This record gives sequence, structure tokens and C-alpha cells, in this order.
Amino acid sequence: MAPARDVAVVSVAQTAQRRAAAGLSETEMIQPAIRAALDRIDASISDIGFTCSGSSDYLAGQAFSFVMTLDAVGAWPPISESHVEMDGAWALYEAWVKIQAGHADTALVFGYSKASPGDLPRVLTRQLDPYYYGPLWPDSVALAGLQARAMLDAGAITEEEMAAIAFRNRTAAADNPNAQLRGSASVEELLATPYVADPLRRHDCAPITDGGVAVILAADDHARRWSDRPAWIRGIDHRVDSHNLGARDLTRAPSIALAAEKAGATGTFDVAEVHAPFTHQERIVVDELGLAEGTTLNPSGGALAANPVMGAGLLRIAEVADRISAGTAGRGVAHATSGQLLQQNLVCVLEGE
Amino acid sequence: MSPAESDRTLSTMPTDVWSQPSVDVPDLGGVEQVQRITVPASMRYDYSPGLTQTRFLRALEEKRILGERTPGHEDVYVSHRGVDPVTGLPTTEEVEVGPHATITAFCVVHIGFGVNAPPTPFVSALFLPDGAAVSLYGTVGGISHEDVRIGMRVEPVWVDDADLTTSMENIRYWRPIDEPDVPAEQLKGHM
Repeated sequence: MAPARDVAVVSVAQTAQRRAAAGLSETEMIQPAIRAALDRIDASISDIGFTCSGSSDYLAGQAFSFVMTLDAVGAWPPISESHVEMDGAWALYEAWVKIQAGHADTALVFGYSKASPGDLPRVLTRQLDPYYYGPLWPDSVALAGLQARAMLDAGAITEEEMAAIAFRNRTAAADNPNAQLRGSASVEELLATPYVADPLRRHDCAPITDGGVAVILAADDHARRWSDRPAWIRGIDHRVDSHNLGARDLTRAPSIALAAEKAGATGTFDVAEVHAPFTHQERIVVDELGLAEGTTLNPSGGALAANPVMGAGLLRIAEVADRISAGTAGRGVAHATSGQLLQQNLVCVLEGE
Repeated sequence: MSPAESDRTLSTMPTDVWSQPSVDVPDLGGVEQVQRITVPASMRYDYSPGLTQTRFLRALEEKRILGERTPGHEDVYVSHRGVDPVTGLPTTEEVEVGPHATITAFCVVHIGFGVNAPPTPFVSALFLPDGAAVSLYGTVGGISHEDVRIGMRVEPVWVDDADLTTSMENIRYWRPIDEPDVPAEQLKGHM
């Protein structure tokens, strides 16, 4: 079913993505990105109909941390606002639904985190169910190791291919001034390094990142007023697989294929940005999306070059939109994931005029 | 298009995963059943208060109350997060406020909680430092709870100099000073 309204990404801005935004509060860290996204289209918060953010108290180590970040929006007089305890890509989805329903014409969306205050692989265990997996505290890298092992055993990937994925992403990130890891050692050198969680080596894992991204959506004429070349959202959908890891075939993520089908992510794309925090997961995402050979994949370097949790998915949409608005791509697809081992997935198709 | 036509089975789980296997517990005889277990869990954070809160806390260590505002804007915020919540712009101008303040709201507490709660009844209140646009939270001392009023003028009572830290607990409580009350109309917008 075609969306009722044409909605586009009209402005994006991101913070520098770095290992630790030392000394900054979350509010101080994300404020420049929110401001830059508004300034780029010469808008103020009074021009925005709906604001939605994605972040996590577990990362901040503080209850209701997102409320404090609203200071950076300028939330007085009162604004229409919401929050998801998920990646900002899902905040964008909520804003898109709000606009489709006619409750807003414009929206500010942002996703961010400081992962540096806590022990990220342990913090992420709190995404697991509280009865069976949660009490075992299986950290995110160990779980990803199980998934990579399942893929290796199934012949779905090799360690050399995993290293090549790391090499390609981080080499692409050399041209991305906001990326955290820019450039890579050779595949041979990567394969000579020790395992951190067999069969994962350090290069197979996304870095731990502090940072965020802000995006502005607008419908119909509002989009044309703010942008000469809006990145129109032609389709967007999100689906989940079971959170019971033992009930899943870990070498697949059928929810990606389903979301892609519902979002109309078929045919060819000039550019694809996929959210794969581990090298082997990129193979799963690309296969489930059915991306054609020759699609430019993760020109930003992807999550392997910078992985601000709660922002890295929205960042994929922002990177695709940015290229469409710049005229370097005509049609693109962005993928975002949330949860453990590609459990929840969102697919967004973007296109120029 | 009906939902049934536009969608397909949501679950990708194998059939029967949701069904629970029958529980096979051996006869434990007279052993008492375990009803509950406790699994301690904790996460450690190295919290960074941020640039603005750091300046505020460092000033408290010197018995000063430091606010900030956005250049060109009037309102001084105290104990905030580095951004003017009205404009969304960074607050880069430091302004010392107080130490004298005005009570803008209060509550008589009859049920204390927390390890450091004063004996009940006590008064928790919001204190608007002179020159600030927003109030700080604390407790009132040196006066019966029945005599506390909105508009009452107060000053902070600090801990001994040797005990000063980067904490709001440097202010033990706020006590009345001999000045006339501030009329409620003047507190509009600061309540």
C-alpha cells in the first residue's frame, strides 16, 4: 500500500564519532548536531511539528536521560515530542507514521549515545530476556562469536571474507571525516591478529563509539521548500525475529527480507548503507536484502567504522539521504538493526526526484 | 487490502517453539522447594557530568553558586546541562547567583526516606537564588515547618570548609534571613 503522503529527509547532521566524548554530557554532545540540522535549512524548532529521539538509559547509566537532552532541542514553549528506547531509525519510523497520519508536517529525529561510561558488551546483555539469557550475562561480542561460528560451520562465510569486509568498510571510512576508524591494515595483516572471541578478531567488531546524528523530515511542499533535492522515503518497514536465540537459525535474519519486501526494496540501488556491527553480519544483511552486485555498499564505512549505539541505524539513513540530496546517488536503501544478532531490523528506501 | 492479505505470519520461529515441554521433576521427598533465588547484578559506570555541571560542582566546592546563560539572553540557568532550554543554544556565559535566595515552593515532609533524611517533619523546598531564572532543590532549617512561606528570603548553610566537596550536599540546608518576603507576583515564571 502506497504511503498517503510523500515524506523526505531534508537535512542531516552528525557529531564527530569518537571513542569517548570526554568531559561532555550527552546533551552537550548532541546539541551541535541538532542545531546544525536545523541551521542547514534555516529552520528553528518552532518550524518542527514533531520531535522524536532514540537513546538508552542503560547506556547513559541515568534514568530519564533523554528528557535532559531535550534541553538541546529548545523544548519551551512545549513541543510535541516522543522517545524510543531503540535506535533512532525507529524514532524516524515513529515520526514518519505521525506525518502519514496527518498529525505533523515536519519532524526532528535524533539518535545518540555515550557508550563510554559503561562496559558496552555487558550493558547490551540487558537487551536479553530477563529469565533465561539475561542472568547469564552473555556479552554481545561472545554472542556474535556464536553467530559467526554458525556461519563458518554452515559455509556461509570464511574468516578471509570477514577480514575483507572489515578492510572494505574501514578503507571507505578514510574519506569520511566523521568516522572513528579511518583506514585499515591489509587483509593479510588483519588475519594475523589474535582472536578476541573465537572466531572473531578485533577487526570483526564495531568500535565502541560516543556520538549521534540528527535528521529532519518534511512532507510534500514542506520538503520542497526546505530542500532543492529532498531524499524521498519511498518505503519503510521494520520487523522482528525471535529474541530467543536458540529458536533462530543464526545464519539468517528473515525479518530483514520481510521488511525489505514490505518497504519495496527491490530492483537496483546506487547506494546501500547497512547496519552490521560485526563483519559476518554484513553478509547476512546483504543476502537478506538481495542486494545486486555493483551496489555501492557502505561508502561511509558503516558501523564497523563508527557505531554510536542508538544512532548507528539512523546514521545509515542519513548517509544515504545525504548522497541523494548531494546528487551523487539517485536511489538508495538503508538498513538499521537493534537488539542482539540482527534480531530487529528496519529497511528504508530513499530516492531523489 | 485487509491486514490478512497485506501481511503474512509474523513469527519466523519453528513450529511448536511456544509450547512448553512437560516438566519432569524427580521426587524430592521431604526437601523444601526453592521458591525464590536472588541473583546479584550490577553495572559500573564512569559518569562524566559534562562541562557545565563540572563548572557548577567546582564552584560549589568554593561555596559559590554558578549559573550560566546564552549570550544576549536574560535567563540564567543554574545546575543545568549546558544548553538554554528555550533557545536550544549553548550557555557560554558564567554568572554567579545567590547566595541569598527566595522560597518558590515547599512541602512539609512527614515520612522521611533515604539514609540522609532529616528527622521528620522537615521542609523540602525550591530555592530561587538571586539572579537565577530557575530554582535549586534543598531543605529548610533553623525554623519551624509551620512558619515556612512562599516568598521567604533564605541563605545557604554550608558544611564545614574541611568537608567541602563537588556536591550539592555542601549546602546542609537553607535558613531564613531578616528580609521582607518577596511578593508572589514577582515569582511568576520562576515557580
